[in-house]
Amino acid sequence: MLLSIKNLHASINGKEILKGITLDVNQGEVHAIMGPNGTGKSTLASVIAGREVFDVTAGEVIYKGKNLLKLAVEERAREGIFLGFQYPVEIPGVSITNFMRTAVNEIRKYKGLDPLGGGAFLKLMEEKKKLVELTSNLANRSVNEGFSGGEKKKNEIFQMAMLEPTLAILDETDSGLDIDALRVVANGVNKLRTKDNAFMVITHYQRLLDYIVPDFVHVLFEGRIVKSGTKELALELEEKGYDWIRKEQEGKGIAG
Amino acid sequence: MEGVLKQNSTKEFFTGLYREHRAAITAGDYPALTIQRDNAIRRFEESGFPTTKLEAWKNTDLKESFSKEYDIVLEPEQGVDVQKVFRCNIPHLDTAIMGQLNGWYVSKDVPLMELGNGIIMGSLAEALKKYPALIEAHLGKYADSNTDAFTALNTAFFRDGVFIYVPDNVKSPKPVQIINVIHHDRNLFLQSRNLIVLGKNSRLSLVHCDDSYNHQPSFSNVVTEIYLGEHASLDHYKLQNLNNASTLISSVYFQMDTAAQLESHYISLNGGLLRNNVRQRFNGPHGDTKIYGIYLMDARQHIDNQVFIDHAFPDCTSGELFKGILDEHSSGVFNGHVLVERNAVRTNAYQSNKNILLTETAKVNSKPFLEIYNDDVKCSHGSTTGQLDQDAMYYLRQRGIGEESARMLLMYAYADEVISKIAIDPLRLRIEDMVKKRLQGELQICEACVLHCNTPEQPMEFVIDMTKL
Ligand SMILES: Nc1ncnc2c1ncn2[C@@H]1O[C@H](COP(=O)(O)OP(=O)(O)OP(=O)(O)O)[C@@H](O)[C@H]1O
Ligand SMILES: [Mg+2]
Repeated sequence: MLLSIKNLHASINGKEILKGITLDVNQGEVHAIMGPNGTGKSTLASVIAGREVFDVTAGEVIYKGKNLLKLAVEERAREGIFLGFQYPVEIPGVSITNFMRTAVNEIRKYKGLDPLGGGAFLKLMEEKKKLVELTSNLANRSVNEGFSGGEKKKNEIFQMAMLEPTLAILDETDSGLDIDALRVVANGVNKLRTKDNAFMVITHYQRLLDYIVPDFVHVLFEGRIVKSGTKELALELEEKGYDWIRKEQEGKGIAG
Repeated sequence: MEGVLKQNSTKEFFTGLYREHRAAITAGDYPALTIQRDNAIRRFEESGFPTTKLEAWKNTDLKESFSKEYDIVLEPEQGVDVQKVFRCNIPHLDTAIMGQLNGWYVSKDVPLMELGNGIIMGSLAEALKKYPALIEAHLGKYADSNTDAFTALNTAFFRDGVFIYVPDNVKSPKPVQIINVIHHDRNLFLQSRNLIVLGKNSRLSLVHCDDSYNHQPSFSNVVTEIYLGEHASLDHYKLQNLNNASTLISSVYFQMDTAAQLESHYISLNGGLLRNNVRQRFNGPHGDTKIYGIYLMDARQHIDNQVFIDHAFPDCTSGELFKGILDEHSSGVFNGHVLVERNAVRTNAYQSNKNILLTETAKVNSKPFLEIYNDDVKCSHGSTTGQLDQDAMYYLRQRGIGEESARMLLMYAYADEVISKIAIDPLRLRIEDMVKKRLQGELQICEACVLHCNTPEQPMEFVIDMTKL
């Protein structure tokens, strides 16, 4: 198993957001995570990535057989965890090229590999740029600075392609994309799918799942995964919304 | 050597020294200059050295600088081996590069050059002999010996410095670099004076470097007067890379006639106590000034940028952007003062000072200030002090970049907003490298650094290959 989350509780400033998440992800799988706004999807992604502002109060996360919670953000990244941000950060003055060159080489160093030389690196950039149809003038700019919403998301997929992660978590990478960009992003993901890596795709729209076909769909509701199923579950959610889930949960609450 | 400034010496030491050596000091003067000097020493006698009781010096304490003993040298050293001091690293020492050693102009042969296009450059002491009328028209006219004690002291004592004259309608074909090196086996207190005169419609790029080659303490009180005639244009760079035992009080007075254009860049990489006193006056309409500053301080270093802009005429534009990174126990001061006089309508002025404090012990005092006496103006000012952007840190680290490298990338990116304004390409590349190396701090192994210098093998000195300029 690649990732195993057991009874994970996490809070911020004393407020509990994740209230006991259990989830297993195997290599080669795509998991879609859906759920209403504010239920903790991004929080789950952040806790897996290692964002320090969240406190894990209970539970465990095992990744590649290691206790993931003990590793620093950058160590997790070097171990192959990639987070496509819901809100990518603008970093004026840092060029995408220097950013990616630094990231690629720090990861290589961690793995005991020699740094990529300038030529080899640029070749890799060109190849991956094509994969996500990223234009050159975008690649020469500062990281996300002045990018449109869609360009930022494309840039996330480009970075994912550069870093070839083992576990990629894409947090609403489809939000704000036009139809063509959505196809580009989905194609990028599909080309990167192998039997050895896995994806967690957080989305609000069934549409994305037409392109990136998930093996499992989970519904996150108020800090818990309350329903899991196959891609048909996404269709059902699309049709019925979240009200029935809310009602089900309330029913359980009363029953419990 | 003429005098030894004892620890915590008072103004009496200087007034006495002046009286004793007045004949020698004023020997090369035209009559009005001697009068200026006598007045200046009187003004200095009245005021003495500034203390933290004065508003303008509230956050810059000279006590430690004056706790050392300094030699005061009133005559040039003989038999200086120019080649050796400048390490032969500087090509064309006699053309585009002007060397200064401990405040004295040095050259292999001619102390004052007259180029084919009419440009004159070289030693101020020499120019005083040869072109007294040209100098008299400007020297002491812009520098304020009345209220500024250090300028007054400099006016009384200066013996030499750099003189540059660009005649009307002449555009200097290449940048001129002044390299002022402090290198001595004793502590020095030095006071040099520079005068730069740009005629109407002339153009000059000037790179002015202050460097020290060893760790000996020094105290420099340097005054530079720069006059820009109508429609003249100056691209000015002030680079400071002094040791941690040095004190530099640098006062630059810009006087700008109608439609003159100035871009000035203050790049402070190192120094024990640096005070940049920048005073610029529009002396005609349609002038345009941009002043940029970047300072990177650590240990117990202190930087103080005082920028005063006098909008005395209508339709002028001024902009200031100063950015600093303060680490460890370092401290910074920014005092920006833009004065818009009553008749200076349609003035456009902005001031911005940003600081990043990397530690709890670093501190900064930032005070941008607008003083406006008419309604028809567009002015803005702002000041921010903060830490590195934590969201950006997280983003970089999430891509596998270690904390130290991420910090470096962000610090460099922050500085780059100012560095990218450097218009001379090879100079910008060199400064980029120097800033990268400076930010590297204790991380001395270039291969381990993420900033990718252009020239990892070069030592950190302001030696720029002028052949490429
Ligand atoms: N830094 C923070 N400080 C305080 N509360 C936070 C912080 N980050 C998240 N929260 C809260 O945690 C809850 C879950 O937020 P999260 O971003 O994980 O939701 P989400 O499921 O991703 O929602 P969306 O679909 O809108 O992206 C929300 O109530 C949010 O306000
Ligand atoms: Mg979210």
